[in-house]
Amino acid sequence: MAGFFEGIGRFVLSALEYIGGSVRLCTESLSFILRGKLRVGLTVSQMSFLGVNSLLIVLMTTTFAGMVIALQLAHVAVQYGVGKMVGGSASLAMCRELGPMLTAIVVAGRAGSAITAEIGSMKVTEQIDALKMLAVSPVGYLVVPRVLAMLFMVPILTLFSDISGLIGGSIVANESAGIPYQVFWDSVRRMTLTEDLMKGLLKSVIFGLEVSIISCFQGLRTGRGAAGVGKATTGSVVISMVVIFITNYILSLFLFTV
Amino acid sequence: MAETEMIKTVMGERPALQNDAIEVNSLRVAFGAKEILKDVSFTVRRGEILVLMGLSGTGKSTTLRSIAGLLKPSGGEVKVNGRSIPDLSQKELEVLRRRIGFCFQHGALFDSMTIGDNVAFGLREHTDLPEEEIQRVVAEKLSIVDLEGMEHMYPSQLSGGMQKRASFARTIATDPDIVLYDEPTTGLDPIISRVINELILDLQKRLKATSLVITHDLKGAYLIATKIIMLHQGLPVFYGTPQEFQTTDDPYVVQFREGEMEGPIRV
Repeated sequence: MAGFFEGIGRFVLSALEYIGGSVRLCTESLSFILRGKLRVGLTVSQMSFLGVNSLLIVLMTTTFAGMVIALQLAHVAVQYGVGKMVGGSASLAMCRELGPMLTAIVVAGRAGSAITAEIGSMKVTEQIDALKMLAVSPVGYLVVPRVLAMLFMVPILTLFSDISGLIGGSIVANESAGIPYQVFWDSVRRMTLTEDLMKGLLKSVIFGLEVSIISCFQGLRTGRGAAGVGKATTGSVVISMVVIFITNYILSLFLFTV
Repeated sequence: MAETEMIKTVMGERPALQNDAIEVNSLRVAFGAKEILKDVSFTVRRGEILVLMGLSGTGKSTTLRSIAGLLKPSGGEVKVNGRSIPDLSQKELEVLRRRIGFCFQHGALFDSMTIGDNVAFGLREHTDLPEEEIQRVVAEKLSIVDLEGMEHMYPSQLSGGMQKRASFARTIATDPDIVLYDEPTTGLDPIISRVINELILDLQKRLKATSLVITHDLKGAYLIATKIIMLHQGLPVFYGTPQEFQTTDDPYVVQFREGEMEGPIRV
């Protein structure tokens, strides 16, 4: 019985230590940004790697997500005589929830894992220590450009997600339930407020910050050898996803119900 | 006010370090319950080359990393140029590290950069030198380690020995005052090992650089060392000149020096 409670105690301590460490990394990174200590070249190349190169996979994911929403909604809506609301409903779902969340999950899987693997392998080959010994802060050199790139690119990707999801949705609504494109897009315009779009984008900024900090933190605390890099990378994706789901619920609670 | 001695380096003129460049007093380092360093004390005066010897796992690299501020000691005192390393802020440590070079055991080259960019890294970060001057210094340092014309290669395109030489070139690119070498000649052929040892001596003569060198190469140690310290199980068992190391009848040193299986050191 004592062992059971010891186990819980150890888990709580390590969770608190993890949260403390990642919050410290976040604070340190934001302090670099606020002091204007930015590396523009590195940030731009990270924006290209983390953002532009993720665009195709984000578009594919969210287009199909929009299509499946329209598939489920359109038939039922037409049966109940509210086919005119399909576009607006799909739009609210995409802008408020699915666009930001799916984008963040895809970015965590593709870019977040790459960040952890890269920083993790630098850690195990002493390249992080080499940076320190060359009097360069690993936070300023490695973490800040990635955090900034995510803060800029995840909202832009989310915007593309919202649009591609709705385009996919409009095609399926038209093809499977006969809802004209004009009706679909009129409904989108009527029911979606700028506020909905902006709140969704605010969520994506927060998700971008979370994914970048978790990925970098996991990389910087990588254990020994190739196995350590693998473990850190898996951990990075899993933790990012759990945090995204939890944060999404909390943000929706405050942004859309209060 | 006493006139400070100035040293001319690629990074411009700078004041020389004070006489005791590195001071280690009762240093202890433990990882969990395992005590790696139990009680290590020594001083390296400016311009001296201290060679650190001992079996693998006796705490040599741990000593070096504690001096560099990469490890936080469990106890004792580590001072570089009179400043207590564990008590420095991140910013102060970064300023101090601009004058310290660290040659890593496995090179630790940045694998996403070319060899030229690796060697130029410190110069680009901490000097206002024009790019042509940086390229000249890079070419010069690479030529010293017999890697001329390799600026555009990536570390993965080089052999282990070449990576080690490139890492050495990166370490000395900024003409540091204090250089910490973690097995700089291990895995290199005897001729290049001699070149590296001569370079360590050259830095000492030209810039009065202080060096702390971990090596298993006895011949090289006798060539470069001002003093030799030997560690065993986290404790120093010998401290003296190379001549004393060669003539002492201390059983630990004798066994290590002669490479004997039998003796106080259990293998």
